[in-house]
Amino acid sequence: MHFCEFVKNKIKLKKKFKHIQSAHCENGVATSLLRYHGLEFMTEPLAFGMGSGIFYLHIPYLSINNGPAITYRTMPGWIFSRTCKSLGVKVHREKFRNEQTAQAFLDQKVKEGAPVGCQVGVFNLPYFPPEYRFHFNAHNLIVYGKENGNYLISDPVMETVTSLSEEDMLKVRFAKGPLAPKGHIYFPEKVGIVTDEIIKKGIIKGIKRSARDMLYIPGNIGGVTGIKYTAKQIRKWRDKLGPRKAGLYLGQIVRMQEEIGTGGGGFRFLFAAFLEQAHHYIKQDQLLEISDDFTKAGDLWRASAVNMGRIYKGRLNEQKDFEESADLLMQISEIEKQAFKKLLKLKLD
Amino acid sequence: MKKEELPQDESLLASMTRELMYVKDKEGKYTTDLSTGWDVKKNALDNAWDDIRERIEAASLAVKNGEKSPIYYFMELRIMDFQVLSGYTGYWAFTIKRHMKPKVFGSLSEKKLAVYAKAFNISIEELKNFKG
Repeated sequence: MHFCEFVKNKIKLKKKFKHIQSAHCENGVATSLLRYHGLEFMTEPLAFGMGSGIFYLHIPYLSINNGPAITYRTMPGWIFSRTCKSLGVKVHREKFRNEQTAQAFLDQKVKEGAPVGCQVGVFNLPYFPPEYRFHFNAHNLIVYGKENGNYLISDPVMETVTSLSEEDMLKVRFAKGPLAPKGHIYFPEKVGIVTDEIIKKGIIKGIKRSARDMLYIPGNIGGVTGIKYTAKQIRKWRDKLGPRKAGLYLGQIVRMQEEIGTGGGGFRFLFAAFLEQAHHYIKQDQLLEISDDFTKAGDLWRASAVNMGRIYKGRLNEQKDFEESADLLMQISEIEKQAFKKLLKLKLD
Repeated sequence: MKKEELPQDESLLASMTRELMYVKDKEGKYTTDLSTGWDVKKNALDNAWDDIRERIEAASLAVKNGEKSPIYYFMELRIMDFQVLSGYTGYWAFTIKRHMKPKVFGSLSEKKLAVYAKAFNISIEELKNFKG
C-alpha cells in the first residue's frame, strides 16, 4: 500500500469529532456527544426540551456570591441523563476520589478515541476571562483528544475549540465547594437505533414533565409560583437591604437569567425553540402558538432585566421602580402558568 | 427576541468568545446568532466586581486593625465563601471562623497553615506575613 493511502485510511478509521457551539454547556455536550454517536437529528433545543431543562427555583435564606439563589433551569446533569434515557442511550458516569486515577481514566478514554464529557469548575479555567471565574462547579466541556501533553477541549459555549494542560485539567476537575465535580466524567456507552417514534415519545415526555414541574411542584418557591415568590421578595428588598444592596441583588438575578449559558431570557427562548422543533415531529399547530407564548415570556424576562438594570445603574432607585420589576415578574408568572397549562392539556400521542 | 434586536455591546467575554443566542428570523422562525454582549448584564457584572473589590479592601483593613486573621482576607481575595473554603481545606466553617481570629491564627501549626496556603494558591510566608 502506498504510504499516503495508508495514512489516509488510518485517519478515516478515527471518526472526526465536530465542535458545535451552543448557548448552554450541558445541552451542548449532550448534542455534540449524541451526534458523534450517530444521532444526527440532535439539536440543542431538542436536548434541552427532552431533558426538561426549563425550570424556576428561588431558594430562600441561601445566598450565593452574596446574592439571592435563583435558577432558571433544572439540576445540573439532569438534562443529559433524561434526554439519553428517553432515547434509550446508556450513559457511563464515573467520579473519583483520587486525582491520579481520574487522570488515568481520562487518558485511557482519550486513547480509545471517543470524546467524553467532563464536569469542571470555572474558577481555575484559564481560558475564561478573570471576571467570569467564580466558584461555579457545574460547567461542562468535552475532551476529544490529547496533543503534546495538552487535552483538546471543545467547550460548547465557545465559538472555537481550545486546549488545557494536564495540570489545569486536574485543577478544574477537582475544584471544591458546592457541586464539586470530583473528576466527574461521562459519555454515551451504548447507542441503539433511534426511530422517529422514539424521538416523538421523548419530546412528549419532556414537555409533560416540564409542565408538571413548573405547575405543581410543592411549596411556593419553585415553578410558576416561585416566580411570584421572587416578585414578593423584590418588593421588600429596598427597605430591608438598603438601595445599594438591593440593587446588587437585582444584578444577580439578571446575571443568572442572561449571562452566557442561558440563550437569553432565562432559557425561555431555548424552550420556545424546542416547541417549534417539536412541531417537526408532532404536527399540532398549537405547539407553535405555545412556542410564541414562551417567546413572549422570554421577551418580558428581558424587559424586566432592562428595568432592573436601570435600578442598579443608579438612574432609578425608588420603591416604585422595584414594584415595577416585581409587577413584571407577576405578569411573566401568569403567562408561563397559562402556557404550561395548555401544554399539559395537549393530546400529543 | 428578533434577530435584528440582538444587542452587540461590549463585554468582558470578548477575549474568549461571542455567545450563541436564540432569536427569531424575518419569517418568525427560531434561529441562532452570535452576540458580543449586552450592556444590561455587563453593568450587573461590573457592579458585582465593585462590590467584591470593596469587600477585599474591607477585609484588608480588618486584618490591619487586628480584628481578623489573614485567612479572612485571602478568602475574600479568592472570592470564596465558607462553603467553598471548607471544600478546599476540609475544615468545618465553624473551625475556619475560629482560625480567622488573629489570636488563634497565631497559634496555628505549620501543617494547618499549609492547608490554607494551598487552598489560596499562595506560600505559607505570604499567608503568615500579610499585615493588611
